Amino acid sequence: MKKRVKPGEIPTASMADIAFLLLIFFLVTTTIDMDKGLGQVLPPKGEQMEVPKKNLSNLLINARGEVLMDNEPVQIRDLRRRVQEKLAANDLLIFSVKTHPRTKYQSYINVLDALKQAKATRISIAEPD
Amino acid sequence: MKFEAKTKATTKIPTASMPDIIFMLLIFFMVTTVLRTYEGLNVFLPQARKIERLETKRHVSYIFLSKDGLISIDDKIIAMENVKHIMYEKRVADPQLTASLKADKNVQMRLINNLHMELREADALKLNYSSKPAP
Repeated sequence: MKKRVKPGEIPTASMADIAFLLLIFFLVTTTIDMDKGLGQVLPPKGEQMEVPKKNLSNLLINARGEVLMDNEPVQIRDLRRRVQEKLAANDLLIFSVKTHPRTKYQSYINVLDALKQAKATRISIAEPD
Repeated sequence: MKFEAKTKATTKIPTASMPDIIFMLLIFFMVTTVLRTYEGLNVFLPQARKIERLETKRHVSYIFLSKDGLISIDDKIIAMENVKHIMYEKRVADPQLTASLKADKNVQMRLINNLHMELREADALKLNYSSKPAP
């Protein structure tokens, strides 16, 4: 009786194809779209800073999303221009944003967005009363 | 006169190392892919224009805030007063932590302000208001 000896080799020709397939799978499933948003650094707890009144601009947002800047009502679409004007006059200006407890988040984001568009860097979030 | 090729260069590209190269690429992509993304809550993000992207996904912790006032961190519903404990632990584990706030656009600012206070107490000061690009 003849003993048949099978060749003990694994075919490696398709190895590259298999690896390519895996590679393409990972490429496709990798989510490239990063999270986007408005950055803000909160002040540390218990830090109180005295700011000269002339360097402070108060922005109040009421429950209906209306904005009051230094006791003057401002439309959201004009806010960016107004902030730019104020910054041109005094670039040390700190914008203090204060909201009503029932203000919608979107209104707050709109104001923050306008400030960021006007390149205001000193933004402070006032503690609610 | 007959010319003879002096060099015996073959025109074959060696493909034996091809799987190794591709495997290396594969492993690179496997390592750099961040698979852990949390489901979170169903929120409609607010819209903004001047949005910037987060530099990295590794040092980001997501806080979901739905319009019903539910808070979810790492797919667990958390009460407002417990946010500081969890965020403090996360902050200790990763000093570069950025909190990405995925809040519904109709959430009332009362909740956002409370959350600010919690984050300040937890010393997790880097915050990102996740928003969609405005049309």
